[in-house]
Amino acid sequence: MRPFDYERPWNIDAALAAVRDTPGAMYLGGGTNLIDLMRLGVLAPELLVDVSRLPFDRVEETGDGGLVIGAAVRSADLASHLGVRRRYPVLAQAALSVGSAQIRNMGTVAGNLLQRTRCAYFTDVTKPCNKREPGSGCPAVDGVHRNLAVVGYSPSCVATHPSDLAVAFAALDAVVRIEGATGPRRVPITAFYRDPGDDPRQDTVLEHADLITGIEVPPAGAAAHSAYRKVCDRTSFAFAVVSVAVVLEVTAGAVRDCRIALGGVAPKPWRAERAEEVLYGADATEENFARAARTEPAGARPLRDNGYKVPLVRNLLTRTLIDLAKKGA
Amino acid sequence: MHTDRTDRRGHRPGRGAGIPERADDARWRDAPWNGGHRGEGAGRRDGNGWHRGEPDGGRDGDRRGERGGERDGEWDGEWDKVTGRARFAAEYSPRAALAYAVPVQATIARGEVRNVDSETILTLPGMLAVLWHGNAPGLGVPEDSGLALFQSPKVAYRGQFVAAVVAETLETAYEAAARVRVDYAAEPHDVVLRADHPRAYRAWEDAPGEDGREAVERALREARVSLDLTYTTPAYHHNPLEPHSTVAVWEDQGLVIYDSCPGAAAVRDTLAELFTLPPSLVRVITPDAGVGYGGAATTRPQTVLAAIAAQVTGRPVQVTLTRRQMFAVTGYRTPLVQRVRLGADGRGRLVALGHDVVEQTSTTADPAAGPGAAGGPGRPVCEVLYDVPLRHRTHTVVPLDVPAPSWSRTQGDLPGVFALESAIDELAAACGLDPIELRLRNLPEADRPGSAAAGLAACLRAGAERFGWAGRDPAPGVRRDGRWLVGTGVAAAAYPVAQSPAEATVRLDADGRFRVRLAAPRMRPEERAALTTIAAVVLGVTPERVEIELGGEGGAAAGPPAPAAAGGDEPEDVVRWGMPVVRACEALAAMLGEREAHPGVPLEARARADAPDGGHAFGAQFAEARVNLDTGEVRVPRLLGVFTAGSAADADALRARFTGAMTLGLSMTLCEEGELDERWGGFLNQDLSHYLLATFADAPDVAALLLPGDGPAPDPAEADRLTGLGTSGTAAAIANAVHHATGIRVRDLPIRLDALVGRLPTG
Ligand SMILES: Cc1cc2nc3c(=O)[nH]c(=O)nc-3n(C[C@H](O)[C@H](O)[C@H](O)COP(=O)(O)OP(=O)(O)OC[C@H]3O[C@@H](n4cnc5c(N)ncnc54)[C@H](O)[C@@H]3O)c2cc1C
Ligand code: SF4
Repeated sequence: MRPFDYERPWNIDAALAAVRDTPGAMYLGGGTNLIDLMRLGVLAPELLVDVSRLPFDRVEETGDGGLVIGAAVRSADLASHLGVRRRYPVLAQAALSVGSAQIRNMGTVAGNLLQRTRCAYFTDVTKPCNKREPGSGCPAVDGVHRNLAVVGYSPSCVATHPSDLAVAFAALDAVVRIEGATGPRRVPITAFYRDPGDDPRQDTVLEHADLITGIEVPPAGAAAHSAYRKVCDRTSFAFAVVSVAVVLEVTAGAVRDCRIALGGVAPKPWRAERAEEVLYGADATEENFARAARTEPAGARPLRDNGYKVPLVRNLLTRTLIDLAKKGA
Repeated sequence: MHTDRTDRRGHRPGRGAGIPERADDARWRDAPWNGGHRGEGAGRRDGNGWHRGEPDGGRDGDRRGERGGERDGEWDGEWDKVTGRARFAAEYSPRAALAYAVPVQATIARGEVRNVDSETILTLPGMLAVLWHGNAPGLGVPEDSGLALFQSPKVAYRGQFVAAVVAETLETAYEAAARVRVDYAAEPHDVVLRADHPRAYRAWEDAPGEDGREAVERALREARVSLDLTYTTPAYHHNPLEPHSTVAVWEDQGLVIYDSCPGAAAVRDTLAELFTLPPSLVRVITPDAGVGYGGAATTRPQTVLAAIAAQVTGRPVQVTLTRRQMFAVTGYRTPLVQRVRLGADGRGRLVALGHDVVEQTSTTADPAAGPGAAGGPGRPVCEVLYDVPLRHRTHTVVPLDVPAPSWSRTQGDLPGVFALESAIDELAAACGLDPIELRLRNLPEADRPGSAAAGLAACLRAGAERFGWAGRDPAPGVRRDGRWLVGTGVAAAAYPVAQSPAEATVRLDADGRFRVRLAAPRMRPEERAALTTIAAVVLGVTPERVEIELGGEGGAAAGPPAPAAAGGDEPEDVVRWGMPVVRACEALAAMLGEREAHPGVPLEARARADAPDGGHAFGAQFAEARVNLDTGEVRVPRLLGVFTAGSAADADALRARFTGAMTLGLSMTLCEEGELDERWGGFLNQDLSHYLLATFADAPDVAALLLPGDGPAPDPAEADRLTGLGTSGTAAAIANAVHHATGIRVRDLPIRLDALVGRLPTG
């Protein structure tokens, strides 16, 4: 690991300036992903600008019943926040499913959205990887890819995005608040992640020095129920093999509102729009839930060894919808 | 704008501006992780050069006296690891300033190293040396050619050490190692194990010809029920908590090595051979061990690297492997393909058994050595369980461009029992018999030597009782609890028990303390604690009154070079002392009664144990498995092991070892897999985020029941062997339970959801 500098600015402007002026600078949250990648030689920032103690470390209520979750809120605090647990179970459950207690105590929300893929070639600098070195190739396409994408990938990269929080935020139609060189801007989480295309280096639309300050979560529908279900290769402390985040509102036996995001299947949280369409206005029956789930992940093209993810995510989605509908009934 | 720059003292290196030498850079020198306290006069070493593991460094020295020497009677060694007081090899800091070596690993799986660009790297500040076969000192050829570091350009597997850098600081060494350019002439490699591999050779066949293979095949053809099944297990990696590490110091009198390997004598002899020194000039000090079993029981390349680097630089050198480096060079269990054929008559009596095992080895391994390293799964352990009139076993080895496997956790019995005991379960289903009943029908005659009859039957019956086996519906895939399918499974377990020669003396001194003296060079703290407890229980006194004394003259660290002579060379030399301690304490306890009759007679008792072939210990394992209908997730809410543990004095410690071993068995059944990277060679999942081990949540209820028995019992202190018995059978019990739950037979470990999802009923 190379020597690097470390700064801890006390306000947002200072943080922005510090990163803007140094091309090799990166923000540092809890460091649970970035420091690992530096140790492995995947990233070698010259300067770390610690933003984990900037004053965006709270969950705040907006006047209309929504929330703004500060970028530096730790996963543990998000999981235990009363308002989040009451109104957005999907988010509290996703936060609680992250890693281990230690990881949740350190890892921040912004860092969680920006963590890099767990594709094992990406972290092995002795092998090619287009995400690390564009043009070097993607050994995962014919290599070890049991846990990689079934949809939304490109031939240049078949990685998945590993974040649990991003999947919950996608189902909640959350919006990322960004401070950048040209001032503040807001990007819906569904537009936040890039398709890999020919150059999978950049996972998101963020530019150098763009700082996430918070995540806006719109008000929850009064009658809506929500849940996050994560399936892993062991009982706890693992990344999702697949996950689903569902917000469902059923009135008089019919689906009034329904937002679904799938994790572990694509380079980004996969908004299941096809299934949502099938369900809008439909009767909240097991058959309809299963029918909707069968349309997803829409356009799936599994790789040699990950076809199992398709029935897995369909079953998981069907069951989550059934369970949520029962709650509403 | 206010920016806190207090952390930015010293010059600021630009990207690619080279590596600042720690001495010039306050940031590095002062950083706690950079050993600001290291070196002469830093005040954080004790008299023997050990770093303090705790803030109040003085206390430790006061209480314990010399590290590695005799203890002053306390028996809290078992807490050292959890309180941070235990000292490990890498924590030794010699008087001369330590340098650090970091290996450079091959990025090809087969070929030759053409050149290593050492010039550019050596110009970096803080660099001491770049080592490779072009400049490294010659070594005597050791038995294990994997230890002949930098002796030839040949690359035999990905991850092999092909070069190393030595630098003033660890950080410099890491960065420099990452920058070393190695020029290779790569050749096509072959790393995939297949049963029909053209390079495969038959290591042995136990009954060739008419009475063996042919008779078995005929019997299998003619048997009422005949099964032909293939099971596979992946590579398993050790992943101990302590990374393999060594500090090497060349002194006038020879080479001194602080090593994480518990087998001091083995390390000494290997190094003596490599550096062509008389063994008396190699002193190996093995402090507290955080690593053991197959991964560290023998000399590993980091030890040799430290010694070479120290020789070349004239400095004491430390090498500590990273987790990733360990996947290639510290051994692993070979992946296995096992074909099991069983034939039975109409009553479920076995008439023939065929067991064909295929394992891999490195191309550098000596074929004449046979499949010893991994301990063939076809070892007799599978034979002692059942009485089968006709047997035929083969063992095939495929040399590949892979690192040399070693045994891992236990020898090959572990995967061997998985295959056999899965097949037995399949046979029970095919015969329409309860799997316990089928096993009981096939027990060998009770009077055959080493017979499983009594021990195994007792374990099966006691386990069935405790587990609630009675009335089990044999039909697979029919029990539901919400969205979970529920099933139960059983498997037998066996493990060879042998007692290497060992002697213990116990003495009651005038101060009222019992001193147990062992000719053991050194011992892990937990072994020592276990022996203390064992002695106390047998003597009927509190552990505080018992002391364990090691070695001839004090302990290993304080003693003369190579005190290991008394301990023998086997890696398990530190864990075989339980039986003589029990016997000696029993004798002393008997004498205690006579004391009044003969006052003034010094009380001392001595006992020796030696049973090279102690037969087998047996067990039965029971598992409940739940499989989620929607996701195929497998949970094991209950695991029960019943073992013939003989007259174990310290039943608590023994149970703890068994439950730990069973948890390892569960881990290898459900989680673990070394993922081979076909295209690049080597293992891909080289960290604990990709190589999954079971967590607490995976093993909520693991219980061990010990049956007193008169059969041979595992030595209470033989951790390795107990692990062998405890892990043996777990995998099959779980696989059998998964089958009972779902009707799906998974013959390839690990049993993960992808083997099940999509094949389960959806309604
Ligand atoms: C063992 C382990 C298990 C894990 N398990 C899970 C899991 O199950 N599920 C899951 O979702 N995650 C998991 N993670 C990932 C971890 O939760 C996330 O890495 C964590 O939330 C990241 O937060 P951080 O603050 O530590 O990020 P850092 O490592 O500090 O930073 C990550 C990235 O975010 C950037 N960044 C940080 N803050 C900002 C900001 N405000 N604006 C712009 N950029 C910023 C950094 O520059 C860096 O690129 C696991 C990690 C580990 C090590
Ligand atoms: S899938 Fe993406 S991250 Fe993985 S090797 Fe290919 S390019 Fe790299």
